Amino acid sequence: MSAPVRYIDRTRDYYIGQGYDKPYEWAHHTDVPFTPLTKPLSESRVAIVSTSDIAMKKPDGSRDRDNEFSVGNVYSLPFDTPVDLLYSRQEHYDQHATTLEDVNAYYPVSRLQELVERGRIGELAPRHHGVYTGYSKRKTAEVDAPEVLRRCLEDDVDLAVMTPV
Amino acid sequence: MFGTAKDIVEHCGVARFVFLDFPLGNSCGRSFDAEHQHQILELGMQLFENATAPRTTVQAPDIWSDDDAWKQLIFTDDQPFLSGEALENWMAAKQRYRDKKAAGEL
Repeated sequence: MSAPVRYIDRTRDYYIGQGYDKPYEWAHHTDVPFTPLTKPLSESRVAIVSTSDIAMKKPDGSRDRDNEFSVGNVYSLPFDTPVDLLYSRQEHYDQHATTLEDVNAYYPVSRLQELVERGRIGELAPRHHGVYTGYSKRKTAEVDAPEVLRRCLEDDVDLAVMTPV
Repeated sequence: MFGTAKDIVEHCGVARFVFLDFPLGNSCGRSFDAEHQHQILELGMQLFENATAPRTTVQAPDIWSDDDAWKQLIFTDDQPFLSGEALENWMAAKQRYRDKKAAGEL
């Protein structure tokens, strides 16, 4: 098995080569919170928190172009939205190696529902949440993340499954 | 957290991390392979049950393909990460973000 891609090094060199003068500063936290589970998974309510830029197709099956102009900010989708209506508007993935055609490969909404049916987890929360790609780590930390937490607490969520693309 | 960029997630720091050494876009398993997606998800469920401290990472055992050209090529001059319409969309989205910020909408 070859070593994982060192994205931080790779993107630094890449963007300097593209003419950017200062390297991107990736988020870094000295202290990382940790909350032990307080009840079994089979009794827990689970929500997805995604940065996969999930959007809903229009009734005619086309992409929602109006939505695609939104940037930043928190959105929520009902947990039982048919997966056929969901898609990702993300373009920041490895377009040379894979596609985003299978939503469950990065937004495991059907798989989690199956875990409920198998009794592995208790239930899904009424809403899953996401933050559309933004360009401010400060806003993510001070505005968007607290809003996601507020919505999760409002729905009595026990566990959050976080997924990028 | 499920992810494919080990260094970025660990640099940030998260409570529990399932690392899958696949291309960006497959954080929760192989596309159109429900069984594999369940295997990845189960690693996360076990982390919920077993991790006792933050920054706990488990790596899924899978490889994307025998050929690791995708690892060699991503973010290189030989294979630009974004190009054409995707690059234009990204630049336009950044400008919309700046405009909204200037207008006090963010």
